Amino acid sequence: MHKQIEGSRAVAEAVALCRPEVICAYPISPQTHIVEGLGELVKGGELTRCEFINVESEFAAMSVAIGASAAGARSYTATASQGLLFMVEAIYNASGLGLPIVMTVANRAIGAPINIWNDHSDSMSQRDCGWIQLFAESNQEALDLHIQAFKLGEELSMPVMVCMDGFILTHAYERVDMPAQAEVDAFLPAYEPRQVLDPADPVSIGAMVGPEAFMEVRYLAHAKQTMALERIPQIAAEFEQRFGRKSGGLVRTYRCEDAETIVVALGSVLGTLKDTVDELRNDGHRIGVLGIQSFRPFPLAAVRAALQGAKRVVVLEKSFSVGLGGVVSTDVRVALSGLHLHGYTVVAGLGGRAITKDSLARTLHEAMADKLQPLTFMDLDWRIVNRQLEREAATRRSGPIAENLLRDVGTVASKVH
Amino acid sequence: MLQVRFHGRGGQGVVTAAEMLSIAAFEQGRHAMAFPSFGSERTGAPVVAFCRIDDREIRLREPILAPDVLIIQDPTLLHQVDVFQGLKPDGYVLINSTRSFDELGVGDIVRKFRHERLTNVPATEIAIKHLGRPVANAVLLGGFAALSGLITLDAVSHAIRDKFSGKVADGNVAAAAEAYEYIRNELLELSHA
Repeated sequence: MHKQIEGSRAVAEAVALCRPEVICAYPISPQTHIVEGLGELVKGGELTRCEFINVESEFAAMSVAIGASAAGARSYTATASQGLLFMVEAIYNASGLGLPIVMTVANRAIGAPINIWNDHSDSMSQRDCGWIQLFAESNQEALDLHIQAFKLGEELSMPVMVCMDGFILTHAYERVDMPAQAEVDAFLPAYEPRQVLDPADPVSIGAMVGPEAFMEVRYLAHAKQTMALERIPQIAAEFEQRFGRKSGGLVRTYRCEDAETIVVALGSVLGTLKDTVDELRNDGHRIGVLGIQSFRPFPLAAVRAALQGAKRVVVLEKSFSVGLGGVVSTDVRVALSGLHLHGYTVVAGLGGRAITKDSLARTLHEAMADKLQPLTFMDLDWRIVNRQLEREAATRRSGPIAENLLRDVGTVASKVH
Repeated sequence: MLQVRFHGRGGQGVVTAAEMLSIAAFEQGRHAMAFPSFGSERTGAPVVAFCRIDDREIRLREPILAPDVLIIQDPTLLHQVDVFQGLKPDGYVLINSTRSFDELGVGDIVRKFRHERLTNVPATEIAIKHLGRPVANAVLLGGFAALSGLITLDAVSHAIRDKFSGKVADGNVAAAAEAYEYIRNELLELSHA
């Protein structure tokens, strides 16, 4: 059924259709409307056989999810930004123990400086934690990915993060096609745990493992992610067959046929990027887009296959490894090992900076002329950066950076964005 | 693609207005995307919200920089925020005020645009009359339906009932209808003048 609803609401309804049995959340910012919506559905009796647990912190949220999942319950939570960081110890436990929890990360920046807006710093900080990480391009894909995530995670007994851009997707009202309960039931079987804490058949979960087997347990986590590389496209194909639309999978190409330049990105910026590429194509430029839907496992072979015919690759990312450069681009480079391609990293949209079509077009024109810096910070305000550097060179007690820059920028209230 | 930008202040339901417009467009079978200018919400702080409407799927997610329509819910913003930034030459402007554009001090600015597409409506007064509260967001959507003909009053009423229920919905629907009539009369007078 088509609906015009907020992204967070769409995800809440989709999660409810998956019949979760335990939902736990710490109900304060940076929490989203998603768990608020789920709380309403549980309280209103629309989502039955589900316990909604308000916990005292994000650390507790993940800990409760671990306990619930180990007891055989389909478990769900959501978080973002600093909330994700606060659960990190438990996040590694969830994956290390092989518990198929599904969690939405409504991507936001990480402070300091304090910032509540969107970028991918939060989930990128957890790329090595052993969870599967799927990225949504639109609210339709976000809701579809949650349905796929439960199936994927439970089959492989691994936790899955569904990453969707905070605010840009979570707070956007757009049209979504919400599946019927019977359709979701037919796609997603009841949860059959591989391991379960059952008093009738007692086991312990979470043994201490020394040097004799630790590497093997870790390797098995990697082996499972490798299996996920096969299952993700299969599940996306099953989903398409049942629901009639493409969602998820490993990667998706857009106008890459005969493309000399391919821009790689993930998340909601793919929409603006496709519109930009359409205009560049109209002007005769051979340019395309590669969207990455599965960031962990990282689809090395699929990325290589999509990019190997191009002359240059631009990785556009909302994340940044301080002291190195791109996060996504480092992985893309591994996929392109041995190929001779011009590679550019464009860091954009950090902390909610709007990514506009004009700026993208300007940056991509520079890339196509091979005039772009290998590492470019799109729309960086060099004026305030240089002023701060001068201040620091001139005086020892130059003061706090964030406060200095805000003073230099002056009021921003008069701007539209 | 039709791009609508809303200006108001925190607490006035500006974001809800954009969302309701998207629901109204959806009701008419169109694609629509509404989103706020993201920020920590503070009562009284300038707020911007956006709505795009098209006949095909909307992928663009940048803020609306060159609007076709401006809906200004709080006229005290006119001299504080560059609300007219990027407005297209044939764009529509609807201001919530009892006062004319000249009286509001923006006469010189708006003379660059098509006068039959610019109007004010006393939306706050209409809201108080029907709702007992100065919440002008849905009222302005009724006005916009009359000013532009780009959305029907029926669809606006439907969107109001999607968001609200009971007396609040009834009051808003009645207020939106009054704003619709008000602006239709204004436009009739203008065309006879």
